[in-house]
Amino acid sequence: MITKEDVYHIANLAKIELKDDEVKKFRQEFEKILEYFSILDEVPEDVEPTYQVHNLSNVFREDIPAEPLPREEVLMNAKHVEDGYFKGPRIMEG
Amino acid sequence: MITIAEWRERLESERCYDLISELFDRIERSKLNAFITLNKEEALRLAEEYDKGKLKGKLAGIPVAVKDCISTRGLRTTCGSKMLHNYIPPFDAHVVERLRQEGAIIIGKTNMDEFAMGTTTETSYFGVVRNPYDLERVAGGSSGGSGACLGGDESVLALGSDTGGSIRCPASFCGVVGLKPTYGLVSRYGLIPYANSLEQIGPMACCVEDCAKLLEVIAGKDPRDSTNAGVEFRFNPVDRKFKVGIIGEMGGNDDVMGKFEEVVNEIIKPNFEVVEVSMPSFKYALPAYYIIAMSEASSNLARYDGVRYGYALDKLDTWTKYFSKVRAEGFGEEVKRRIMLGTYALSAGYYGKYYLKALKVRTLVKRDFERALKDCDVLIAPTMPALPFKIGELADPLTMYKMDVNTVPINLAGVPALSIPIGFVKGLPVGMQIIGRYFEENTILSFALKIEREVKHEI
Repeated sequence: MITKEDVYHIANLAKIELKDDEVKKFRQEFEKILEYFSILDEVPEDVEPTYQVHNLSNVFREDIPAEPLPREEVLMNAKHVEDGYFKGPRIMEG
Repeated sequence: MITIAEWRERLESERCYDLISELFDRIERSKLNAFITLNKEEALRLAEEYDKGKLKGKLAGIPVAVKDCISTRGLRTTCGSKMLHNYIPPFDAHVVERLRQEGAIIIGKTNMDEFAMGTTTETSYFGVVRNPYDLERVAGGSSGGSGACLGGDESVLALGSDTGGSIRCPASFCGVVGLKPTYGLVSRYGLIPYANSLEQIGPMACCVEDCAKLLEVIAGKDPRDSTNAGVEFRFNPVDRKFKVGIIGEMGGNDDVMGKFEEVVNEIIKPNFEVVEVSMPSFKYALPAYYIIAMSEASSNLARYDGVRYGYALDKLDTWTKYFSKVRAEGFGEEVKRRIMLGTYALSAGYYGKYYLKALKVRTLVKRDFERALKDCDVLIAPTMPALPFKIGELADPLTMYKMDVNTVPINLAGVPALSIPIGFVKGLPVGMQIIGRYFEENTILSFALKIEREVKHEI
């Protein structure tokens, strides 16, 4: 059972602002989709999980400095730029 | 459809510049909506270089269309999203570097479902891609533009990406060849991520040989992708009596099964040893796939904050308000749905019920493939369970997800699989999926080559 409050909570965790009609629609859809997912309850617990298929362990390389991307090209895609830096939103309220 | 051989034959008597111009004329008049951004200026300049004998390499002078989730330096890369509608990558993906090194001409960026989340390209911010065989139907997804441009004579080669069937579905719906390589064969450096542990970039083409040629160029070592296996690929067709397994759990509706069984009875059984194989874990594969893909998406797409690139608001606000509004306005509905469901599946109290269970299913699916492929050289099944859908036909998200039932088990296991056209039903193409062992693309392509010859003979 998924409530409207659950949908608001998830949206808040995912940082997506939702309108009331979106919440209503998503709630109904999520309920149906999650019910379908619950077939996995049948899967036995005593199976090892597979995180990635080739069982690679950590891949290391030498830490050698390389040319960075050109600053102008990197900043070109940002709307808020100041003194050659990205400008982000305020962290503190008020 | 235009093969490399046909294109090269024309290049013997015509200028590359004229052929590429002709291609752009066709694209600009086209109703397919296969491209989001064209690379006209650079493509024509490269064609001129080819005409002067300056463009060299394995794919010299050959037009290639690149899916719009693959980064191209200086050329807009949108991922089919409003979020990246104005994004210009400052670097090339590994596969794009390789195309340039081999003299290929990148003609443009192909339309796709937003962030590759879809089976029809209906979730693209830039509109649906239409099927070359019926404009009222979809071209498949998520690499719909890459499939349609090949089926509609708008390119010779194309790159797609496949997280749960996104190369094979449009290949099937557009009557072309498409391969999802073994996980780790092709570097993902520069592929805008959706679900890293599942996805691969792969080749799409108008015949098996061309598909193999493009794979030769894009496969291989790249230290910038830590999951890259460092394995090269060379196509060396082998001719032997392949042992073929038909997967009982992968089916389709009567249209699809009628054609599939016809090909099995008339082409495959007389030429190869055929056995039935059973994959009991597949009944859990679809929900497991969606849980893993959505969970990875919820983490991957956290990067879209309207600060460094992508959709942004005129005025900065507080942290939470700014991010939440940027993401509300920049993402489409399906992307929001998947991010939120993934967030839910990973949230406290649900991790064990959904995500961990899905990873256990992954083990079971992998074991089923390993068992079946110990005995068989290749496994076959219909690629899609239905013919190309009418635009708007699949309105409900869960109904849409279920159309990926035959393609997602492959990504869970990471094995390679190719879709090849096997004929038409009601004027629409049908595709067959050929699955092989890890890094045995050569076996799949060799088998596909034989099927292609027989199918052409039958048609």
